[in-house]
Amino acid sequence: MKVTVDRLDAHRGGRRVIKDVSLTVPSGAVLGLIGPNGSGKSTLLRALCGIDTPSGGTVRYDGTPIASLGRRQLAQRVAFMTQEHNDEFDMPVLELVLLGRIPHGKGFGRDSDADIAHAQRALDQVGARHLAHRSFSVLSGGERQRVLFARALTQDTPVLVLDEPTNHLDIAHQLELLDLIRATNRTVIIALHDLNLAARSCDEIAVLADESLVSHGSPEAVLGTELIRRVFTVESTAVAHPATGQPHFLFDARTPRFEPQQSNALNTTPKGLHTP
Amino acid sequence: MEGKKPDTDRRPRGGQLATRILVPTLTILLVAVVVASTSVGTIPVAPIEAMKIIAGHLIPGMPWMSDGSLTPLQDSAVWQFRLPRILLAALTGAALALAGALLQAVVHNSLAEPYILGVSAGAGVGAVSFIVLGVGVSSLGIGASAFVGALIATAAVYLLARKNGRIAPQRLILAGVALGSLFSAITSYLTISTDAQNVFSIMFFLLGSVSAATMQSLALPVVALVGVGIFTALRARALNALLVGDDAASSLGINVNKLRTTVLIAAALLTGAVVAVSGGIGFVGLIIPHIARIIVGSDHRRMLPVAVLSGAVFLTTCDLLARTLAAPSEIPLGVLTALVGAPFFLWLLRRDRADNVGTGR
Repeated sequence: MKVTVDRLDAHRGGRRVIKDVSLTVPSGAVLGLIGPNGSGKSTLLRALCGIDTPSGGTVRYDGTPIASLGRRQLAQRVAFMTQEHNDEFDMPVLELVLLGRIPHGKGFGRDSDADIAHAQRALDQVGARHLAHRSFSVLSGGERQRVLFARALTQDTPVLVLDEPTNHLDIAHQLELLDLIRATNRTVIIALHDLNLAARSCDEIAVLADESLVSHGSPEAVLGTELIRRVFTVESTAVAHPATGQPHFLFDARTPRFEPQQSNALNTTPKGLHTP
Repeated sequence: MEGKKPDTDRRPRGGQLATRILVPTLTILLVAVVVASTSVGTIPVAPIEAMKIIAGHLIPGMPWMSDGSLTPLQDSAVWQFRLPRILLAALTGAALALAGALLQAVVHNSLAEPYILGVSAGAGVGAVSFIVLGVGVSSLGIGASAFVGALIATAAVYLLARKNGRIAPQRLILAGVALGSLFSAITSYLTISTDAQNVFSIMFFLLGSVSAATMQSLALPVVALVGVGIFTALRARALNALLVGDDAASSLGINVNKLRTTVLIAAALLTGAVVAVSGGIGFVGLIIPHIARIIVGSDHRRMLPVAVLSGAVFLTTCDLLARTLAAPSEIPLGVLTALVGAPFFLWLLRRDRADNVGTGR
């Protein structure tokens, strides 16, 4: 399912966070959304899946504007994996994953065998089947991320929107989850912090900075030391992977932004303290 | 997938327990307590006679109603005095348990209970104003003014907790607690400034009692319980999603703000309807939903039926004890609910199962 964002504006807490963002994600592509903290990644993702209504512009799923879809219809098209989880009431993993079947079911009645099968398959896919009857609150951070991803898979939507799903995961599980995401054959929009992982796992990269989309294209075309300096204010060195030839970035240092004033201030020693 | 039909242990645990064992058991228990309770009192009536009297009033033409085997005194003791109060106890217990479960889900707080929204304090002001300012003490007048008080309190809390068209759970709780204190202060002032003979009626209402029930006074709680029960059954899955967070629920296709608002209003109406008739009976609405969660888990499709039935069984049992333990005098119901419920709840809380529904932290 193709996702089209057209001239999107979004506000959060009365402040504009997203300004005039337009982009298209082809059906089945994995789009990595990168940008510094506070650049509006989460806000864009929330607008994409209809949790917050944008203040301007439209989002379309295969040409249908989300404003013309009911909440339930939208939830049958896009699943959202959030960072948020309320811990006040605990529940077993299987029940948590089964919540993903809500957009496909009625308000009451027990879960159908097909619902259970969907949930079990998703737990199998993320390698968390053994956790099914465990309580969610006793899981490790990595196990939690995998279970929440299983819930998104169980929702069985053509589009997945994932807000930093690799948080709290060790490197093995990060790679595993990203490979899993690639293997789902769905249209995926994923916010990531690790630029090398993004380059490795995404078909396209979109870069957000200062409310706007500053670059969008293939990882090779978008990512470079100049962009990293401009967007993240970090000095980096690009190296080619010896085996695959893929570009990788080594991060050297923070780009010195206010060097003259800062260095003056630091280097000036008050007079009279020097003893010859 | 090795088989087409998932075996039972693949299903969430607790489902079988709730539907196959607990719900039938609690239903039988409720009937048993009601029958036992109708046969206990100063006028001796055997349980079988009590059942005959109830059946005779429900089904016309029963032979034992006219053959002189039952005295008119027995008939009126069971049908006019005992049964209404027992049914009111059952309805109140069920309604408070349901309202408590709903509020805990919509405000994301396991300490929420039906009275946290200031509903009972509002009902208290309504009832006490009627007693103090009214021409006499009529239970219908007290009930009506208590219900109006409860509605005013609900509307006030709702409006205070609303901002930009959204209900903020934290603000809702704080507004409810603050308004509750305000209403309690008004009630206290009215109580100490009124004539001494009114104070007993006031205390009677504030402590909660089902002893003044008539068959007519059951109408409002029945309508409220059935209405809110159906309303809730249709939203059980949506309420499950709400437990894990607003964003998660939204992305599962639920209009969180609408759900929260309508469930709040439903819970407040239900609470108002029973508080108007039976006064402020505490503890049931807070504890029974937790007991249900500990036993069958957080899924509302299992938890709500168990909570409603447990609430009814619990309060009818407490009422039976309230009438018999210190006979011929009566122990206030609110005192017994805490005396019986608190130790049982604390025992349950210490068990491992409690950790699975979030009480372990």
